[in-house]
Amino acid sequence: MKNQYETVFIATPVLSDTQIKEAVTKFRGIITENGGEIVNEEDWGLRKLAYPIQKKSTGFYHLLEFKAEPEFIATLETQYRRDERIIRFLTFKQDKYAVEYSEKRRNKSKAEKEK
Amino acid sequence: MANNQSEIRYLTPPSVEIKKKKYCRFKKNKIKYVDYKDPEFLKKFLNEQGRILPRRITGTSLKYQRKVAKAVKRARHLAMLPYLTDMLK
Repeated sequence: MKNQYETVFIATPVLSDTQIKEAVTKFRGIITENGGEIVNEEDWGLRKLAYPIQKKSTGFYHLLEFKAEPEFIATLETQYRRDERIIRFLTFKQDKYAVEYSEKRRNKSKAEKEK
Repeated sequence: MANNQSEIRYLTPPSVEIKKKKYCRFKKNKIKYVDYKDPEFLKKFLNEQGRILPRRITGTSLKYQRKVAKAVKRARHLAMLPYLTDMLK
């Protein structure tokens, strides 16, 4: 049984654009290689943090939505912990309301792009 | 005497309290999911120190108060909202 998950991670602001892309591709690869299926992806760019994390006041936010087996989440989180570039992450299973909401959000952003 | 009585009445006016009925904004607007990605919206449920306001003040129903609390905690974890602060609003 596959569940739909949502994960956000914050990468350190010291990285260059290419390094960020590298990190994102790495995690995307981890998901797809373990039988996951990416549903949505959002790059929020450099954002100010509400409080300092590891003495940094900004960070690159990136959101991934995917379908995967529950066992995979542990692997993903260990990968996050091992990676020095990631300063904070959050992963959770989407309930039915969250799935509905994310679909709406996706359609909205799509419509905006087409304009 | 009559004059005196009216003066007393003036000093202690009858308490006119028209209570505005509180309502749950999620039920009213049919919002099913509280999004943690929108810190500006979540700030409506916080006080100036960044603490979550009780239900008795916001009027949120229990079902959605739990969801608000979860969303606020997720937002805090991702540094989109502070854990504690001053002058948030």
